[in-house]
Amino acid sequence: MKGFRVRETLEILKRKNKKAFIPYIMAGDPNLEETEKRLKLLEEEKADLVELGVPFTDPLADGPTIQAAAYRALKSGTTLKKILDFLKALNISVPIVLMTYLNPVFCYGIERFFKDAKNASVSGVIFPDLTVEESEQYVKYAKKYEIDTIFLVAPTSTPKRVSKIVKASTGFVYYVSITGITGAALRLDKDFKKHIGYVRSFGKPVCIGFGVSTPEEARYVAQFADGVIVGSAIVKKFYENFSDGRDFIKSLREAI
Amino acid sequence: MGKSNKRGYFGIYGGRFVPETLMPALEELEKAFVVAKRDKNFLNTFYTLLKDYVGRPTPLYFAERLTKHLGGAKIYLKREDLAHTGAHKINNALGQALLAKMIMNKERVIAETGAGQHGVATATAAALVGLKCDIYMGTEDTQRQALNVFRMTLLGAQVIPVDAGSKTLKDAINEALRDWTTNVRNTHYVMGTVFGPHPYPLLVKFFQSIIGVETKRQILKKEGRLPDLLIACVGGGSNSIGLFNAFLRYSNVQMIGVEAGGKGIETGLHAARFAGGSLGIFQGCLSYVLQNEDGNILDTHSVSAGLDYASVGPEHAYLRDIGRVKYTCATDEEALQAFELLSRVEGITPALESAHAVAEAVKIAPKMSKDSIIVVNLSGRGDKDVQHVARLRGISL
Repeated sequence: MKGFRVRETLEILKRKNKKAFIPYIMAGDPNLEETEKRLKLLEEEKADLVELGVPFTDPLADGPTIQAAAYRALKSGTTLKKILDFLKALNISVPIVLMTYLNPVFCYGIERFFKDAKNASVSGVIFPDLTVEESEQYVKYAKKYEIDTIFLVAPTSTPKRVSKIVKASTGFVYYVSITGITGAALRLDKDFKKHIGYVRSFGKPVCIGFGVSTPEEARYVAQFADGVIVGSAIVKKFYENFSDGRDFIKSLREAI
Repeated sequence: MGKSNKRGYFGIYGGRFVPETLMPALEELEKAFVVAKRDKNFLNTFYTLLKDYVGRPTPLYFAERLTKHLGGAKIYLKREDLAHTGAHKINNALGQALLAKMIMNKERVIAETGAGQHGVATATAAALVGLKCDIYMGTEDTQRQALNVFRMTLLGAQVIPVDAGSKTLKDAINEALRDWTTNVRNTHYVMGTVFGPHPYPLLVKFFQSIIGVETKRQILKKEGRLPDLLIACVGGGSNSIGLFNAFLRYSNVQMIGVEAGGKGIETGLHAARFAGGSLGIFQGCLSYVLQNEDGNILDTHSVSAGLDYASVGPEHAYLRDIGRVKYTCATDEEALQAFELLSRVEGITPALESAHAVAEAVKIAPKMSKDSIIVVNLSGRGDKDVQHVARLRGISL
């Protein structure tokens, strides 16, 4: 399997002057069979990348919707190991980016994780609680196993921090749209345009997420970025009614 | 010894593992801490309030009847239970509230609380310096510690019940961190223990070190020499670091940290991270964590809400590695017996947390010679636990 597929995907889209649509779902919510169905649906509806959450007992960057999804996933016995095995057996072409808190990876073993992730065709990783200062080991093994490392920039990030974070990021830079947790209302800072403009000035693709919950919001923020990530709103839709999920995904795809 | 490097590591433990949104705030806090340590006005205000408002120095009391009862080493109690609000927590809460107000110009503080002592201390400090205050507390703990919930409200704070996860301290910390992530620009998070992302373990140690500084001066005055052994309970580990720090460089002073053994290590119902945990990254730092093999955090159990926590301060992990401090645990039952014993023999009702330290003294003092000296940190008073203990003993009040 070819490595570094996140950066490749973003480059191709850029050349075509298109924006990436990146839906997020929680692996194992409510079980991995259902996750397979949802991943296939997301692929059919032309997601460019899929961000797949790994459940953790203490998801401190997440709001109630994803907390509840993590709880359901843990209840069904979903673990990082099972997710990697599941992905290895899965036949799907859309690149997968794993979003996981650091401790499951740390306990799994850092190198072992990246090695197994590569074997499972994982294309990128996002660790919401890994700061760029602590990332050396993780970045080293990600490179070795050809997996993109996506770091987060927050509205509070200083220019000095933005520069460090952009340098450490491959594939794309994840721009956190709000000062807050996932699923909160989208309230953009008055300096938002200037700040994201600065992040983009380094030349790497920048995708925006946190708090984007409607096609209208997705369309609005897409104009300032190379792609849009939608998480809590999709998790909620799927949880409430699977068949509504498809229409919602379609509407997001059209908007971005 | 016990020194950390620039990135907040004690050996391999510590560091800073948080969402990026919080990083600028942690950098700001680190800078403010450096400024505060050299700011005469700040230090003067802090130490004056410790004296006139908290009532420091707290006494070092020779527990003569307990000593006779156990028939071994002389036992001294460092009476943090006599500090304003009834526990050592006020030292740190006051320090951080002053930092938020005087150096960082914040409008609001938030805090987590388990037993309620840190919540009460933070609400008190916020009232004193004039800051808005919200306290996160698990619903399991709001029930165990109903009295403290009302005290916080009385002090003008808002108590926000946390119904997620295990509904105890760790969930209150998650929720406080989420609040901080959202309101980081005007809010300071008053972490209650020597845990979390750098610089909290150092910051909290700085404010709590007064305990050991006083103890050293007091024991030298009373006995003309340093003690042979220090004993303190360890939840996150702030009262123990506070006592130990001044003595770390004296290799003839032994130290024991006592974790919560709950219903016994073998039952899995405990909070003894060193006895039953492994290395993990949790709530901002790398330390010992009670977790399963997949890296998910386990529920913990202790009769005392203040020790009922899945991880332990990174400096403790380091002090254990280098063999400077020994860590042991006391079960719920041992703590309850110590709670009753100290009440009966000395007329002092300790907090259930501190009762764990007393329980260790009960075990070890009889094995030591009569001319040896133990200092037990009596980190808090037990008034808050009286109802809970009555319930456990099947007595309806």
